[in-house]
Amino acid sequence: MKIKSQKDFFSGLMFMGVGVAFAWGATNYTVGTGARMGPGYFPLMLGIVMAVIGMLITFFALTVETVDGAKIGKWAWKPVGYILGANFAFGVLLGGLPSVGIPAMGMIIAIYALVLISSLAGSEFDLKAVLVLATVLAIGSYVAFIWALKLQIQVWPTFITG
Amino acid sequence: MDLIANLSLGFGVAFTPINLLYCLLGCILGTLIGVLPGIGPVATIAMLLPATYALPPVSALIMLAGIYYGAQYGGSTTAILVNLPGESSSVVTVIDGYQMARKGRAGPALAAAGLGSFFAGSVGTLILAAFAPPLTEVAFKFGPAEYFSLMILGLIGAVVLASGSLLKAIAMIVLGLLLGLVGTDVNSGVARFSFDIPELTDGIGFVAIAMGVFGYGEIIANLAQPEDEREVFTGKVHGLFPTKEDFKRMTPAVLRGTALGAALGILPGGGALLAAFAAYTIEKKTKLHPGEVPFGQGNIRGVAAPESANNAGAQTSFIPLLTLGIPPNAVMALMVGAMTIHNIQPGPQVMTSNPELFWGLIASMWIGNAMLVILNLPLIGMWIKLLTVPYKYLFPSIVLFCAIGVYSTNNNTFDIWMVGAFGFIGYVFYKLGCEPAPLLLGFILGPMMEENLRRALLLSRGDWSVFVTRPLSAGLLAAAALLLVIVLLPAVKNKREEAFVED
Repeated sequence: MKIKSQKDFFSGLMFMGVGVAFAWGATNYTVGTGARMGPGYFPLMLGIVMAVIGMLITFFALTVETVDGAKIGKWAWKPVGYILGANFAFGVLLGGLPSVGIPAMGMIIAIYALVLISSLAGSEFDLKAVLVLATVLAIGSYVAFIWALKLQIQVWPTFITG
Repeated sequence: MDLIANLSLGFGVAFTPINLLYCLLGCILGTLIGVLPGIGPVATIAMLLPATYALPPVSALIMLAGIYYGAQYGGSTTAILVNLPGESSSVVTVIDGYQMARKGRAGPALAAAGLGSFFAGSVGTLILAAFAPPLTEVAFKFGPAEYFSLMILGLIGAVVLASGSLLKAIAMIVLGLLLGLVGTDVNSGVARFSFDIPELTDGIGFVAIAMGVFGYGEIIANLAQPEDEREVFTGKVHGLFPTKEDFKRMTPAVLRGTALGAALGILPGGGALLAAFAAYTIEKKTKLHPGEVPFGQGNIRGVAAPESANNAGAQTSFIPLLTLGIPPNAVMALMVGAMTIHNIQPGPQVMTSNPELFWGLIASMWIGNAMLVILNLPLIGMWIKLLTVPYKYLFPSIVLFCAIGVYSTNNNTFDIWMVGAFGFIGYVFYKLGCEPAPLLLGFILGPMMEENLRRALLLSRGDWSVFVTRPLSAGLLAAAALLLVIVLLPAVKNKREEAFVED
């Protein structure tokens, strides 16, 4: 058995897995009957439908010939890591993590962190240019979100504002 | 006449200085983001949505509509000047538009796109105003069974018209429907699939999904590709206005494109995209005049027709949304989300309960289109400057706007974690070749579909035949089945694949 389309094969598996997971999760809720649908009825139905479609996709991926094998190719872990890392750092700095005792540092510091980390995802990294960009974005965000739109966002660290 | 009275009510609302200002602001912001390569209208609207939270509902929707048109116009500018379609519906504009730019005729190409879009937009607005009231009447006759069947038709239409694998698109819709069910079930109060996370009992935020999948996912995918040499025609835009010859050629193309776009836009599914493809195909089939540049080498008709078609389609795709409350594509799904945030339940009742909102929105669409022509043609130099901004400055800014935007929806960092998670999921979809737009559509329709299915079966006491015994519902389901059969016919199947890999 040879995989004819890698993309389809793995997306089929993904849909099957997620479908089964949703259907199985739905059985924890009351399923009920058509006339008296419980909260589990619709998700159970959809989960089964999705698992069946997933099976079909996997089946066709094994049987229908493609030109280049529809390879998935390399995963770009570098941009994934830095972009998601920048996002995570922004969240932690902006709101803090009370559960582990990290205080909120506010929007300005969070912006610098986000711009610095996410810039590492690109092909070149010029610290000076990145700092300029971060400063511009920090000022811009302050003007747009805090001053003009009056969003309720903490701007400075808690230990400064008290 | 009702139409005139309604429109004048609408213009009365839209022509207040404050709403004009928001409309203008929306157009500028939309164009600004839409011009940037690699960001489509869905990501643009999702990103700018939080900016409208603080506004009154009418102004917010007017601004969003402005953002939408702006993003569309911006997309065509990018297509012509950089050979990069900013969004899927300008894919065909790239073919002839870019060739025109290479020949130093970027100005006329941009003008043809702008003027064609404006004309198409005006016609689309009139059609919308004329057809909305009668369709609303029909909508009031709809029971839950009809609504359910209509949504099936809409979802099938969306996948049939999408590019790529049909099965995968259907699977993405089902996944969207399932994600839409996460959270508290309105009937039983049970928190479904929430893993005891309090934030999830309210459901997954659709802003987080849209920004994650369309914003972060696309950025990661873009960064993963080696930066290719992009040729930007910046200095070469002079002589903005088309010649008399150009006008003669593009006028019939604009008319054909508008008619086609307006008709296809009402259909459920990717109205604007299909309209653009179909319009280009038709132009290609018509005979070339003597001395005319062949298609694919910079024919002005190849720019004017698809651009008018996609704008007319964009306009008329508001019809199903405003009359039935059912979004026909991913952008409209975002509009539903925006309306719900402002406590407006989209549907036939909007026209009667909020006439000033309904007609104000329609009038502002026309005003928005006019503003865009005024904005885009003289200010084109400014947008071109934006195109020269390197991607290394753009993507951190986009990540930042997404993160701040999603945080401001609930002032809760949980949404930031969600947008990150969906960013990763979006990249996985990209790698596996799964088109994400149907997912968003399913996500919005999920709860609506369940509610209507539940009600329909409750009324019929669990008898599933209710969907085929009620004539309207049966007709809608038959239409959906017909669509599927047509697409699966071998002859059409090959044509469809051909159409989406055009050059």
